[in-house]
Formats: sequence, structure tokens, C-alpha cells
Amino acid sequence: MGRPEAAAGAFAAVVRRDVRAALRRPAEALTPVAFFVVVAAVFPLGSGAGPATLAAVAPGALWVAALLAALLSLDRLFREDLEDGSLDQLLLSPHPPALLAAGRIAAHWLLTGPPLLAASVPVAVLLALPPRSIPILLGALALGTPTLSLAGAIGAALTTGVRGRSLLLPLIALPLLVPVLIFGALAVRAAALGVSAAGPLYFLAALLALALTLAPFATGAALAVGAE
Amino acid sequence: MFRRYASPRHFHDLCGRLLPWLGWPCAALMAAGLWGGLVAAPPDYQQGEAYRIIFIHVPSAWLSLLVYAAMASAAAAGLIWRTRVAEAVTIACAPIGASFTFLALLTGSLWGKPMWGAWWVWDARLTSELVLLFLYLGIIALHGAIPDPRKAARACAILAIVGLVDLPIIHFSVEWWNTLHQGQTVFRLDGPSIHPSMLAPLLLMAAAFTLFFAAVLLMRVRCELLHRERRRQWVREVRA
Repeated sequence: MGRPEAAAGAFAAVVRRDVRAALRRPAEALTPVAFFVVVAAVFPLGSGAGPATLAAVAPGALWVAALLAALLSLDRLFREDLEDGSLDQLLLSPHPPALLAAGRIAAHWLLTGPPLLAASVPVAVLLALPPRSIPILLGALALGTPTLSLAGAIGAALTTGVRGRSLLLPLIALPLLVPVLIFGALAVRAAALGVSAAGPLYFLAALLALALTLAPFATGAALAVGAE
Repeated sequence: MFRRYASPRHFHDLCGRLLPWLGWPCAALMAAGLWGGLVAAPPDYQQGEAYRIIFIHVPSAWLSLLVYAAMASAAAAGLIWRTRVAEAVTIACAPIGASFTFLALLTGSLWGKPMWGAWWVWDARLTSELVLLFLYLGIIALHGAIPDPRKAARACAILAIVGLVDLPIIHFSVEWWNTLHQGQTVFRLDGPSIHPSMLAPLLLMAAAFTLFFAAVLLMRVRCELLHRERRRQWVREVRA
């Protein structure tokens, strides 16, 4: 068996293991999505429920909620593996840490991304977003949430096994996630106004391409530092 | 020759020898720049005396970026060569950079109230500077949270480099977001082309701030090295 096949096999094994482990505890896997819905539903209570106010706040509120949900779930990304020692076992394998990090991130997105996309449709209706903007919202979330997982994983890896981790992670990860928030909200706002959202969507795609190429390496390096 | 200074002991001694050569010129340049800016330069024809805060504000803003570049370079050097000196430089840069960033934000806010009529606007530059402050605070907090100094330094180095990649993206995306939002109100911090009587003190102050950064950096690096190597023989000799 050649090296590329072995690497692909290791990647698939990591993804399969994580997805299987999460599916055995479906309630825990769906907590971030429930959190997303609750945060998005709290915004109208704080900002006044008039349709005009809501429509102005909705794109930002949706994205802030998605970002907070991602942070909540990223906190757990490597923690249990560190506690039960399987992180050390993964890093002892002959495969590069970046590959294993990529597998974990892929599994994280598979478990949080699609449910969040599904939940965003009723939430968009709750927030009085015009129906014509919902396809753009789904597209923007499909492009943006993988970037949240990728860039946030760097922060998660850096703070794994660190004192006060749950407060440190937002401080470290939020600045990295600001561009996704900006372009995601811009796309939804443009769609709500009925103008072309192509520009922000292209930027979201560009951010995703950049994060895909760089974030696994940074995450792998951070995990290697933590496991020393 | 340079390898010699990768040893904490030699770097500690080198810093001690360099400090007076940085400190005194810094004091002289700052005195000249402050006199030139606060006394010699004429009041601005539009902003009156209030513009004089730029002699603090603009060098702070420049330094906030320069310090980040220095920190990220030291971080890369520390990750590649694993030298303790580069790790100490990375850690020593973060609080200095955060202070300059905070000073730039504070002076900008003080200037903005009489000029723009608001303490804070979500202008692209202000927002990028704020995110820069968060990046610095993240690095300081991460360093504080990891007890092992070498591990902490390497984790901070990774974060610093990730931030370096992210900073231009943040700046660019914030600018894009801002232009769509407040296209009518274009704030220009640089204003019309600056008169030589104001430019000279500004450059003097920028040079003084840079020397100040270098001097404070060397002091902090010395402390950091002494603290990290406190159980080594050379530190006992230095102390004796």
C-alpha cells in the first residue's frame, strides 16, 4: 500500500471514528444547533420585535449565533481526546499531525454544519428575513461554517489542556473569525435587499480556500506543541 | 558570530551593552520631537491645537503594526531554530504592542470627540486596530495560561503567525464592510498633504518611539531570560 492511500485511509478512519462516536450521543451532538436557535431567538427580545428592526438585525444576528455555536462546539474538539489519551496515540501514528487535524475538523463540520444549515431556515423565518434571501443564506452558511470550523480549530488546538480554556478560546478565536462574520452577514443583507450577493459569496469561498490550505497545518502544529 | 547571541547569556550581556545606546538617543529625539510638535509647529488651519495629538497618535499606530511584525518574525525564528532568545523576544513583544495599540486607540478616541463629534466610529482603520488589540490580548492570555514557558512560547508563536496571515484579511474585509455601510462619510486620518513644519516633529517622534520600543524590548527580554533561566549557573553569576 502506497503512502497516499495510507494517508487517505488514516484521514477516513479519523472522520469515521468521530462521526460514529458523536452519533452514539445524538443529544450532545445537537447541542450546538439548539444553542444556535436559542441565541438567534434571543436577539429579537433584545432589539425590539418590529419587522423593520428585525430585518435590519437578522443577518448579523444569524451569523453571530452561528459563530457562537461554532465556538461552543469547538471547545470540545480535542478535549476528550486529550483527557483519555487518544490524542497522544493519534500523534504517535506515522501520519502527519496536519492530516489528523484535518480529519477531526472535517468530522466537526459534518456534525455541526448540515444541522445548522437545516435549523437556519426556520430561524430565518423567525427573524423575518425575506424568503428570497434564504437560498443565499444557505449558500453563505455552507461556505462560511467550514471556515469557522477550520479557523476555530486552531484556537481549540492551542487552548486544549490549558487552564481557563473555555474563556480563552473565544478571545483567541473570535479575531480570526471576524472576516467570515462580515462577509456572511453582507451576503445575507444583500440578498434581503434584493441585490446581487455574488461578491461576498466569492469572498467567503476565498476565505474557505485559504483556511482549507493553512488551518490544518497550524492546528497540527498546535496539537504537537500541546502534546509534548 | 550570530550564533553566539542565540545563547541566553550572551544575549543578556549584549542587551545590557546596547541599552544606553538606545535609551539616550530615544530621550533626545523625543524631547526634540515634543518641542517641535507642541511648541514650534504652527496650529492647524482647520483643527487648531487639537491636531497636536497626532505626534503621539500616529507613531503609536505605526508602532502597533511594527511591533506585531517584529513579534511574528521572532515567532517564526523561534519555531524554526528553537532558540530560547527568539522565544523570549516573542513573549516580550506582546505587552509592548498591546500598549501601543491601546495608546493609538485612546488618543484617536480623544481626538475623534472634538473632530468627528464621536468617541468611536466603526471606521475601517479603527476596527482593524481594535481587532489587533484583541490579537495581542489573546497572545498575552495564552502565554499566561500555559505554565511551561517553552510550550507557552511555541503556542504563542503559532498564534502570532496565524494572526499575521489574518491581519491583512481582517483589514481588507473591514474596509469592504465599512465602504458599503458608511460610504458618504469618508474619514481621512491622513488629511491633506502635511506641511514640513509638522512632518519633521512627526518623524522625530516616530524615530523616538521606535527606539523606545527597542529599549523596552531589550529590558523585557533580559527579565524574561533571567526568569526562565533562574536555575542556571550563569544567572547566579550575573546576580552575584
